[in-house]
Amino acid sequence: MAPILEINNLFKNYGSVEILKDINISIEKGDFLVLVGPSGCGKSTLLNCIAGLEPITSGQMNIGGDDMTFVSPKDRDIAMVFQSYALYPTMTVAKNITFGMKVRGVEQDVQDRKLAEVAKQLQMENLLNRKPGQLSGGQRQRVAMGRALVRDPKLFLFDEPLSNLDAKLRVEMRTEIKALHQRLGASMVYVTHDQIEAMTLATKIVVMKGGVIQQMGTPAEIYNTPANLFVADFMGSPAMNLVPAKTSKGADGTHVEIARNGGEPIVLTDAKNRDLPEDVIVGVRPEDIADADARGGEAAQVAECTIDIVEPAGADTYAVMQLGGKHVTARLHAETNAAAGVSQRLAFDLSKVSYFDPETGLRLN
Amino acid sequence: MADTSFTPAGSGINWGKIALRWMLYVMLGLFALFYLMPLFVMVTTSIKSLEEIRTGDLISLPREVTFDAWRTAWSGACTGIQCEGVRPYFWNSVLIAIPGVALSTLIGAMNGYVVAQWRFRGANLIFSLMLFGCFIPFQVVLLPMARVLGIMGMAGTIPGLIFVHVIYGLGFTTLFFRNYYVSISPELTKAAKVDGAGFFRIFWSIFLPLSLPIIVVTVIWQFTQIWNDFLFGVSFSQAGTQPVTVALNNIVNSTTGVKEYNVDMAAAIIAALPTLLVYVIAGKYFVRGLTAGSVKG
Amino acid sequence: MFKWLEENTPKLVLAPSFIAVLIFVYGFIAWTAWVSLTRSRLLPKYDIVGTIQYERLFSSPRWDTAFSNLFVFGFLFIVIAMILGLILAILLDQNIRTEGALRTIYLYPMALSMIVTGTAWKWILNPGLGLEAMVRGWGFEDFTFDWLVNPDMAIYTIVLAAIWQSSGFVMALFLAGLRSVDEEVIKAAQVDGIPTWRVYTAIIIPSMAPIFLSAFIVLSHLAIKSFDLVIALTGGGPGYATDLPATYMYAMAFSRGDIGQAASSAMVMMLVVFTIVVPYLYSELRSKDG
Repeated sequence: MAPILEINNLFKNYGSVEILKDINISIEKGDFLVLVGPSGCGKSTLLNCIAGLEPITSGQMNIGGDDMTFVSPKDRDIAMVFQSYALYPTMTVAKNITFGMKVRGVEQDVQDRKLAEVAKQLQMENLLNRKPGQLSGGQRQRVAMGRALVRDPKLFLFDEPLSNLDAKLRVEMRTEIKALHQRLGASMVYVTHDQIEAMTLATKIVVMKGGVIQQMGTPAEIYNTPANLFVADFMGSPAMNLVPAKTSKGADGTHVEIARNGGEPIVLTDAKNRDLPEDVIVGVRPEDIADADARGGEAAQVAECTIDIVEPAGADTYAVMQLGGKHVTARLHAETNAAAGVSQRLAFDLSKVSYFDPETGLRLN
Repeated sequence: MADTSFTPAGSGINWGKIALRWMLYVMLGLFALFYLMPLFVMVTTSIKSLEEIRTGDLISLPREVTFDAWRTAWSGACTGIQCEGVRPYFWNSVLIAIPGVALSTLIGAMNGYVVAQWRFRGANLIFSLMLFGCFIPFQVVLLPMARVLGIMGMAGTIPGLIFVHVIYGLGFTTLFFRNYYVSISPELTKAAKVDGAGFFRIFWSIFLPLSLPIIVVTVIWQFTQIWNDFLFGVSFSQAGTQPVTVALNNIVNSTTGVKEYNVDMAAAIIAALPTLLVYVIAGKYFVRGLTAGSVKG
Repeated sequence: MFKWLEENTPKLVLAPSFIAVLIFVYGFIAWTAWVSLTRSRLLPKYDIVGTIQYERLFSSPRWDTAFSNLFVFGFLFIVIAMILGLILAILLDQNIRTEGALRTIYLYPMALSMIVTGTAWKWILNPGLGLEAMVRGWGFEDFTFDWLVNPDMAIYTIVLAAIWQSSGFVMALFLAGLRSVDEEVIKAAQVDGIPTWRVYTAIIIPSMAPIFLSAFIVLSHLAIKSFDLVIALTGGGPGYATDLPATYMYAMAFSRGDIGQAASSAMVMMLVVFTIVVPYLYSELRSKDG
């Protein structure tokens, strides 16, 4: 079966400024694709191009196997949820949801039936006669979703739909969108700058920066094997520790030497990765640096480090120290006895370590 | 800002402050008199008899109220050779103002909608060029316009005057609607496009229902402009198609017969009544138009 | 074809207005500019002969009066209307209970036609039965107030009527400006113990610079266009004493049949407007794009 969305060599310029450069994406039916990146990375423009709201400069695009490169938005069989919700202010909730069907001349009884279905699905039967101005942020969000759902399109597009909600509601709606995706088995493209949203929702993530795709893959791939320093730093919270180091060959594997603040360098041994250049940047997730006493196993290598700052975060406690001239965060137990200024035995787990070229920023292993 | 909050609580009676407050009200009252005086004089003069005007005093109240002058002004005063009062000219103004306001508002709404929501390359330049048209002294277009109206066979006609008012009102009406629509999220248009609506459908179903406040502002602005216009009226009309401002000027400046000040004043009030009424009823929108037309210009 | 139509609807909708503006504003300006360089009299001629019309214009005593009247009238009108408007705005900004009513009173003249304003003031200022007669009637037999018929003073009656008409509008602009000043800055000044008048002179008024500029632009624009008021109030008289460029142009165009003079005087008017408005518009549009 043809991919539900296929983008080939897409370029987009505003005048002489290149906004999108050589974008190639392909997703299957039922995929949840998240486009993530910092603001100005071109992710929203790409979504608008997929919707047909922005013309593209060159390239080609298929939706549901049909060439849609020059087709206007209304004929692409898509539905879109916007950041500001873009509800029609003078229409009631019911009219907002049925406007698309009305424009397309769908019969009244079909409109009524679909409206009732969607209202039930999103539990907003009691809101149908209100105007958008009388709704809370979360309710507006729901109506915007309803307007998309009622169309039953080939492809759903979401443009930062949760960014105007408060933190608690955002998490709730996130779960709801995920549940909706699982229930409908629909294909979705979702834009966000929030990497947690990307990780939790996606079946496939595209990380973008400066109009260029940095990496495309499953959330696990992106998290565990970031393709470059940008992706490594952008995805994950707290961010991956990225520390300059020197490597040398040993009998038992690669020796990785990291400068320690006011002391001998730490030397860790990586049995898996060999043939690394001498200068590298080592990427270790905070959860791979833990209390030595709590973490055993063969992968763990213990070293003493002086903790600078301790940040209790409820379930965990983060400890910040200086290694290789950088702040390094370790994720410790909530009940850890680590304290600022005190030396602490930490276990480094190199089984998921990443190495990057300091010059190009590209992944080495 | 709250002036009273400057006085700390419980500091007792501050006589200086009270005197200042009185002075403030006296000054405001005197200014109010300055602005009201001409209207007062117009009204009282219009209901006095000529005899009383000659013997009496400018600001005295009429000893005997008579509406003869109003009757004459409405249907008998001479605007040159004709003596039909301002009535036919009043209706001319109505006939010019209504289509003139409707057309320029409608076109301005469409233009503003395009410039604000359907930006295309060059749209901003076009808007700037139109905006610039608001600021030219109309004297610079009088001569060629007179010729063009002649060529089009509209010289001295009411449709000709409507045409002129629509053309030179477009800059402002476009500006009003553009500034209003530019504050509406472009995502609304995008959502409607995805929903399958086209250019006109989006305008009709989504933007027009949102536009009541700005329509009121624009209609009031255009109505005031067209009703109060004199330059176009006097340049492009002929006997029989003149608007009320031109007729009023003719009545006041006609040199035949006795000078009837009471009739002049009654005619002036009649000519001012429609715009004054609009101002009293919808003052808020009137002011909004004035400030929008100048600050944003 | 249908797709082309769909994609170009916005342009097609804007096109007629754009063409109309091109012809009826820019084309007409060009026409007037062209004719101002010819020997046109009763009928337009199209052979360019140079600046002869402008030489005639600037050697005409009547234009001389009209042009210098513009500056006398414009200066006094703008300065006094701004000062009066600012005073009214500040007075009204002191928690006045009757503010709504007073504002309505100060602003209503703006709703009137200049012809109505002119008619009213002409009656009030006429020496025979107006103010002069009234004050004499009160016993001041020697009181004279004959500005309307005095060639040296008549221009000031136009200033007076114009201020009466427009100062309320300036007040509305300034009042909106006063109210848009950041409340917290004013509160901070109050906490610092700065007296009210200092708050105005040091904080509020300086922050209203853009509004002063807008008011100046609007008033100067009104001044240059002033035509109806002169026609209704003095008819340009006594003699030509209160002629303004606008009335001069009209007289040349429609009663004297001197198209060349009408065109060249219109062009001078436009140049005056442009030297004021162009820099303003330019900066406004620039800041909007940024």
